[in-house]
Amino acid sequence: MKPAAFDYVAPTSLEAAVAALAAANGDGKVLAGGQSLMPLLNFRMTRPAIIIDLMHIPGMSFIELRGDRVSIGAMTRHADLEFSELVAAKLPVLAAAMRHVAHLAIRNKGTIGGSLSHADPAAELPMLAVFYGATIKVQGPEGRRDIPAEDFFVSALTNCLDAEEIVFEIEFPVLTSHAGWAFEEVARRFGDFALACIAVSFELFDRQITDARVAVMGVADTPRRLRDAEAALQGLQGGPEAAAGFAEVVRSCVTPESDIHVSAEYRKSLIGALAEKAFVTAWTRAAGHAP
Amino acid sequence: MKMDIVVTVNGRKYAASVEPRLLLSDFIRDTIGLTGTHVGCEHGVCGACTILVNGDSVRSCLTLAVRADGADIVTVEGLGTPDELNTIQTQFREKHGLQCGFCTPGMLMTAMDLLKKYPLSSDDEIREGLSGNLCRCTGYQNIVAAIRAAAALRNGSAP
Repeated sequence: MKPAAFDYVAPTSLEAAVAALAAANGDGKVLAGGQSLMPLLNFRMTRPAIIIDLMHIPGMSFIELRGDRVSIGAMTRHADLEFSELVAAKLPVLAAAMRHVAHLAIRNKGTIGGSLSHADPAAELPMLAVFYGATIKVQGPEGRRDIPAEDFFVSALTNCLDAEEIVFEIEFPVLTSHAGWAFEEVARRFGDFALACIAVSFELFDRQITDARVAVMGVADTPRRLRDAEAALQGLQGGPEAAAGFAEVVRSCVTPESDIHVSAEYRKSLIGALAEKAFVTAWTRAAGHAP
Repeated sequence: MKMDIVVTVNGRKYAASVEPRLLLSDFIRDTIGLTGTHVGCEHGVCGACTILVNGDSVRSCLTLAVRADGADIVTVEGLGTPDELNTIQTQFREKHGLQCGFCTPGMLMTAMDLLKKYPLSSDDEIREGLSGNLCRCTGYQNIVAAIRAAAALRNGSAP
């Protein structure tokens, strides 16, 4: 349970880090907060020749409101988001999700860029990036590019990055029609990876639902926006009694798999139950703000 | 490959030349000989090796020693002394919050950070905060009671 030997560099610029990664020729690993990479190193499930540590690159940890977007540096820790007043005010679903991320000691180290890059299909941050339609900004040897969150996650633990690219920032749009929202998750133990999880948001206008947004995780190999479920909500009238119908739509949108923890049937049933709960919470919040 | 680091632990400076792969938990236990920090799972699940780095609780088994260069660390030896336990240690003794003691250093260091950052106004909130620390003896009841009492003292009411 000790890492195999590796070389180590801690560059002081993003460009130098990308250059070191490219020079490693596929045998380098980028270290951000280490809360996913360190267990893999300890188990020797990965044995990179060189570790490229981002901790000494200045300007990679920040949360800033820029117009109608919140920009977050890749080295920002989960705990920074959890306790940020800006995040609570502008990205309430993200704020609500943060305490579900592992445990305080993990949130004190684990970073936004690390969680996105690790692409765990049951991790909160990738799902919230998909939910909000965030933009992931990456640096490669040829320059920078922007990747929509929905294109970033390819399959379980696999992102779309080229071997020499590093995530340096994520940009969340501030949703304006967002008064009704909810985040519901069930894990075997609080802080464990989700068995199933859903985020919902919408606005009520004349008791009609508009701007519906639905994302789930734990029921596929990547987090997913459920556009069919969003379409089903659009224009929907009526109150919390519509929750059961919404749950049925969400259930019909997913085909989860069985694993060591629970069966596919259980997961499908669970995501429906969470959808029902989330709908009621979101509707109640929205009604409190409705014109 | 070796790298020179200087780390402050419990107010004292330690300089050492270490391999980059050395875990901070092993640096603390083996290099500088502070064995109060316990190592359980070595992959971030059990919480026994939790310490404070620059005031925040972290898993020392999920950190490289080289990343702690220049850091200010507190381990369980930096809390109270056997003659003068600190508040949370006192409450663990009063409420019988330990049996074998293996998880206790991690529980204490986690509790230090929880007390600093959360209201801890309900047992649910305390249990949520402790969900990353495993104890195989007590069933947590008395650990929760100790933290509840420490939170009450922090808030100025009797435990």
